Amino acid sequence: MAPVKVFGPAMSTNVARILVCLEEVGAEYEVVNIDMQAKEHKSPEHLARNPFGQIPAFQDGDIVLFESRAIAKYVLRKFSKSAGVDLLREGDLKEAAMVDVWTEVEAHTYNPALSPVVYECLIYPAMRGVPTNQKVVEESLEKLKKVLDVYEARLSKHDYLAGDFLSFADLNHFPYTHYFMGTPHASLFDAYPHVKAWWERLAARPSVKKISANMPLKF
Amino acid sequence: MAPVKVFGLKMSTNVARVLVCLEEVGAEYEVVDIDFQAKEHKSPQHLARNPFGQIPAFQDGDVVLFESRAISRYVLRKYSKSAGVDLLREGNLEEAAAVDVWTEVEAQQYNPAVAPIVYECLIHPAMFGAPTNQKLVDECVEKLRKVLDVYEARLSEHSYLAGDFLSFADLSHFPYTHYLMATPYASLFDSYPRVKAWWQGLASRPSAKKLSADMSF
Repeated sequence: MAPVKVFGPAMSTNVARILVCLEEVGAEYEVVNIDMQAKEHKSPEHLARNPFGQIPAFQDGDIVLFESRAIAKYVLRKFSKSAGVDLLREGDLKEAAMVDVWTEVEAHTYNPALSPVVYECLIYPAMRGVPTNQKVVEESLEKLKKVLDVYEARLSKHDYLAGDFLSFADLNHFPYTHYFMGTPHASLFDAYPHVKAWWERLAARPSVKKISANMPLKF
Repeated sequence: MAPVKVFGLKMSTNVARVLVCLEEVGAEYEVVDIDFQAKEHKSPQHLARNPFGQIPAFQDGDVVLFESRAISRYVLRKYSKSAGVDLLREGNLEEAAAVDVWTEVEAQQYNPAVAPIVYECLIHPAMFGAPTNQKLVDECVEKLRKVLDVYEARLSEHSYLAGDFLSFADLSHFPYTHYLMATPYASLFDSYPRVKAWWQGLASRPSAKKLSADMSF
């Protein structure tokens, strides 16, 4: 079976979202870099993979996909059985729903609060040479504290977000949280001991350690 | 089997997302109003259902869920077989992926362009007496045009977004598009004939027509 292909820079959060799932199921893959500086993401070749001209895109034989969460689920569905993992729990109605709930929470609640801090503190200064917008950072941190209140309560009852089992919902949090830990605000998590312990469990996973190595905190 | 419960207002877009799926699978349900004026969404009872204090929330026996897309998937998984519908295609790797791709596109591309137009033109004036932020609307209309360019190309190849079959990806577009059609920007779709035909097909489904009756600000 030919390795699947993931198109995009390895340090990109949404590329990493897929790579950590590929690692968890032990699938063979290659990362095909897309040169954002050279606007390769807007080339006709890449638009044929992702009509919105974004990364990542993905190819498995004649199947071409985009949107990192859709790609990640495809990977988990295809390779989970042979890998002996069950990160989507689609065989159990209630468990699958809990995985979906907390996957949606990451997308619609956690990420919108946390990612602006990553963009303002790390990405924009490095890539656009602009100073950090402290107002945006402060507003985001306030929102993030309220989100972490809920996560602390949830993770006080269960080891992982969907229940007492690791799932796609937890892995989804890895890429942006990894970068958040490289901002001056990483210590926010100290006030949320169960969240901090959950993050440390995730960060210690071999899959996460391996992918993190290609995600330097200094841009 | 007791009817499932959806907590929230029928006019809410994210409640309607769940209701259209319930209608498509013919499941029995009741909508339990949440009184926002009385801050019921922040009551301990509701926070026990949705810890972020938002709507919708959902209950089926001892299963309590929140996040409309997660609830919708639960509903479609539970009732599809008996209803003879297949809106998630989870039995087919490639088709399920296509459904997921275009469901993500709705959430990540379409909705961020459409929702502010709906909020600024309909919801803020009606519910808060607030004026429309025309600059924001104009920016979102430009974003939406670029998104619709992609949709027009896609719907020139297939009759629905995930392929030549109706899916959750299409239904996910119903609530916000319904409200977009009540703004002055409905006419945008006239420049996108395939998109317009696709939308008219969705809007004329019995599920959509039934729910539209309760969806106005």
